[in-house]
Amino acid sequence: MSTIALSARDLAAAKLYRRRRLTNIVAIGLACAAALFGLAFLGWILWTLLAKGLAHLSLSLFTQDQPPPLEAGGLRNAIVGSLMMCGMGVLIGTPLGIAAGTWLAEYGNHRKLGTVVRFVNDILLSAPSIVLGLFVYAAFVMQTGGNFSAIGGSIALAFIVLPVVVRTTDEMLRLVPVQMREAALSLGVPQWKVTMQVLYRSALPGIVTGILLALARISGETAPLLFTAFGNEFFSLDATGAMSAVPLVMYKFAGSGYENWEHLAWAGALLVTLFVLAVSLVARTLLLRNKVAND
Amino acid sequence: MNDARIKVGASVRDAILPTQAPVKIAARDLNFWYDKFHAVKHINLEIPEKRVTALIGPSGCGKSTLLRVFNRIYALYPKLEARGEVLLDGENILDPKYPMNRLRSKVGMVFQKPVPFPMTIYENVAYGIRHHEKLGKADLDARVELALRQAALWDEVKDKLKESGLGLSGGQQQRLCIARAVALKPDVLLLDEPTSALDPISTSRIEQLVEELKQDFTIMIVTHNMQQAARVSDYTAFMYLGDLIEHGATEQIFSNPGKQQTEDYITGRFG
Repeated sequence: MSTIALSARDLAAAKLYRRRRLTNIVAIGLACAAALFGLAFLGWILWTLLAKGLAHLSLSLFTQDQPPPLEAGGLRNAIVGSLMMCGMGVLIGTPLGIAAGTWLAEYGNHRKLGTVVRFVNDILLSAPSIVLGLFVYAAFVMQTGGNFSAIGGSIALAFIVLPVVVRTTDEMLRLVPVQMREAALSLGVPQWKVTMQVLYRSALPGIVTGILLALARISGETAPLLFTAFGNEFFSLDATGAMSAVPLVMYKFAGSGYENWEHLAWAGALLVTLFVLAVSLVARTLLLRNKVAND
Repeated sequence: MNDARIKVGASVRDAILPTQAPVKIAARDLNFWYDKFHAVKHINLEIPEKRVTALIGPSGCGKSTLLRVFNRIYALYPKLEARGEVLLDGENILDPKYPMNRLRSKVGMVFQKPVPFPMTIYENVAYGIRHHEKLGKADLDARVELALRQAALWDEVKDKLKESGLGLSGGQQQRLCIARAVALKPDVLLLDEPTSALDPISTSRIEQLVEELKQDFTIMIVTHNMQQAARVSDYTAFMYLGDLIEHGATEQIFSNPGKQQTEDYITGRFG
């Protein structure tokens, strides 16, 4: 058995190593605590929703319309209204957003106007949604004789979809390698064809993800609908008239004091959350599948 | 124009250039600016037909820039300007009236990074053909097969033509890009550092391929690798700081360069 002689330098190194290890443990510990703190609130929210909403999730929720106070009912009119207005909002916002995003990435990228448009789009992206609702109220609802309508609501929602789609289209197209553009153009194919046939194909999963995330976002929006779709106690498929939406009903029912209304509000909240969760999962899967295919 | 001969030192010409080829591309007092930066200066260069010409020089010398003038791919970006003449078969391709479609179908390009389109292997090759010609299915199949054979990729992919081009290895992807370019039956192939992202085995396959492709195409290759230039090219042009320092038969450039700068570069004294 021989012992290893440790020099002063070895001892100093060992001491330094111990200190670094301790610092490392403390840093990791703090980071984990911060992550847990955030996750705990998310968990709490989900738990509350499940605890209060799950019991009132029933078939009648989808088959009956919103009831007067203290009577049994469901959310059929609000669910259908939400689906219709979100669908129309996406249908209006998406083509405009893709067109604008494509212009930004492919044509406006090197121009001053492109920078301006990108900046304005970022402002729209962070505009308070109630302002968008007020704008549509003044510019559309008032112009059509003060007539609240699902179309008005859809336009307000489209204003939320628009900047999200512009941004993701722009970013996803700019992520396509420069060489792919150059390779396609060097085959003599004109730029519009390259964009439609090569670049969109490469950017598609990202763009679809953007659209889905926009859909998730507007499905919970209340403020843009207050002065536009207004809400409707009755079942309606008339896009030119007032229409209900799940967040609008929640807004009206949640603090009403009527027990059955509050139950419905919680059920609606759970429903919207599950919808957002499902849409996000689809978006995530799409993105993941594309990543595997691209690598 | 076609009678012009490549000019090398008259004394060695016959020894080094037993078969003299007609000039395919000629640059006449060619200049290039990136906005205010004069990147390529007063270049006069003649590229012989069905030979491999290598462009060498240290980073930033303008060799890639020069290559990108020959199919006007630079025109994609604002503030870039080429002045002078580039004669392809005697016609000036820098003339705004020269049809871009014709230029791009006569001059193919392969880039540093292999970038297959997000489509099947078959579609990657057929994509360019479809744009220029209306072919029936049998004819198109034959053209795709020919291009893949020319790029020495056919045997590896013939059973998976319907699979994504992105599933191939890096070297295969680069040969797919070569197939995509030769599918248009161009006269000229521009290769911009085609092997710098590849492993040594893939690199040597591409080099072999270049050797075979010069039967049918006039090839210009930009490379950082001087051994590669020496291995694959018939002629070499050495550029430095935007100037064409020396141009001649590869053997002569590497064994007996005429200029001190060339010698310093090929012996590794700078660059």
